[in-house]
Amino acid sequence: MSAKTYTVPIGPVHVGLKEPITAWLDLDGEKIVGARVRPGAIHRGIEMMGRERNPIQVIYLAERICGICSFSHITAFLRAVEDAAQIQVPARGQYIRSLVLELERVHSHILWAGVACYSIGFDSAFQLGMLMRERVMDVLEAYTGNRVNYGVGTVGGVRWDITPEVDAVIRDMIRYYRSEFSAFYDIVTQDPIAKARMRDVGVLSYEDAIRLCALGPTARASGVRCDLRWSAPYEAYGDLDVKPVVPQDYVGEARGDVFDRFLVRVLEVYQSLDLMEKILDGLPEGDIVFEKSVVKVLSLLKKAEGTGWGIIEAPRGDDSRVVHLTSGNENLTWWKVRAPTYANAVSWPVMFMGNELADAPLIINSIDPCISCMERMLVTNAGTGGEQIMTREQLLDLSREKTRRLMPA
Amino acid sequence: MKLEKYLEILPKSLWVTTCNSGSCNGCDIEIVATISPRYDIERFGMKLVGTPRHADVLVVTGPVTTYMKDRLLRIYHQIPDPKVVVVVGNCGASGDVFYRSYSLEGPVDRIIPVDVYVHGCPPRPEAIIEGVAKAVLKLEGKRKELICAAQGETE
Repeated sequence: MSAKTYTVPIGPVHVGLKEPITAWLDLDGEKIVGARVRPGAIHRGIEMMGRERNPIQVIYLAERICGICSFSHITAFLRAVEDAAQIQVPARGQYIRSLVLELERVHSHILWAGVACYSIGFDSAFQLGMLMRERVMDVLEAYTGNRVNYGVGTVGGVRWDITPEVDAVIRDMIRYYRSEFSAFYDIVTQDPIAKARMRDVGVLSYEDAIRLCALGPTARASGVRCDLRWSAPYEAYGDLDVKPVVPQDYVGEARGDVFDRFLVRVLEVYQSLDLMEKILDGLPEGDIVFEKSVVKVLSLLKKAEGTGWGIIEAPRGDDSRVVHLTSGNENLTWWKVRAPTYANAVSWPVMFMGNELADAPLIINSIDPCISCMERMLVTNAGTGGEQIMTREQLLDLSREKTRRLMPA
Repeated sequence: MKLEKYLEILPKSLWVTTCNSGSCNGCDIEIVATISPRYDIERFGMKLVGTPRHADVLVVTGPVTTYMKDRLLRIYHQIPDPKVVVVVGNCGASGDVFYRSYSLEGPVDRIIPVDVYVHGCPPRPEAIIEGVAKAVLKLEGKRKELICAAQGETE
């Protein structure tokens, strides 16, 4: 007699998920034996919208690809535009960009760590994490004036300078986290129940992480030594000597489970604090932007011709942009957004295998999914063992039909 | 009645459910911040609940995408009357940066009736709390209407 499996749908709107995504889990008792993921719920067509706007306008659109890693998105986009138009960012501008990227990493990782505790029902740790996160939000507000979408980057640099007051606020925050953050870290890592919920859950092996092209903390938790700040330094990171945080350097081995992902993110918070201190100490004098007048920048970009690339290490992994500018056209000709969750979501079906249904929201959360980042295009084949939303034949038919439509009668 | 006076004694602890209909997450993390210790909306007895069937208030974020339109309607109809809808963020109120797209059906008030708009991109947690406080008044108004209608039927 063959065992009967049940299919449990999760999402698109679900209490364990903060963003809409649908997953179908095939269950044998409590064990997950199959998983399919269907993204695309909040596809907004941002790439198409960007084609009707000029690069300065697209900054504010790119910022709203995702509110959590907003500065990473615009930094990647701006680097692509600067690459296409051959614009050199002044050193001070580069340092300030790196600083904001690190501030964003701290807030994103603490938020994730808090939400991970929330999804295993460890509410007091969630509240503690959220309380600590407010400190970095205060700093971001002190520097940029906004808490979430900062609006601080612009083509060729940044819009606001680091004043001595802001410098003092940031150093204050670094001291605060160095003395207080260990409380949160100890509570979670030394709690036997939290450990039992996260250890050996949602395992992604070293080989699978490479095979499925996992990125950022998800790959690093599986022991893959990868970090764009280390392997392909950009902005100020060339001067800062960043080392990828992998669990085998700290606890001896990398198991690639949810606990390791927690560990990597928490340790990266400490790494970011060190980096911020180095950035503040080595902040060079000079301009923060290569050209203050937006009108002049726009006329320069209108003349530019070429394709530019920008790839940076966002809190979740590699965030890349390709932008094409055509001479005489004010708007972007085209741009491509590739956010890290794309690559990481592919490993979900592997992580689900053999785990209990109750772990599903934790596993979904464990890659720090940013669904808003991911939904750039209509996905036709989601996941590895995944749902074929549209088969190759159907696509082929569609493609042929379009050719027929275009043909003169 | 003035809002401050009304909020001296809350007639009801609101239970809130959220629906992300395509937002950038910015509003959602600010909603999470309102339940964190700094802003702590739970001191008013308000909390986020997992299912729309337990909720009084629906908080919608984001310009509604084509896929989420039916889901949003379903969530709206699952909430028992009286209910209020609060739109958090500019994109749910007007579209904001998201305009001229093939996959957007929003803003939210084209799909479901909206009672309170909270502007900002994203709004600060204080603004979200103010929006939900205004929803208390709206909800009490709707409750009175329902009670009057029910009494009218029995007489």
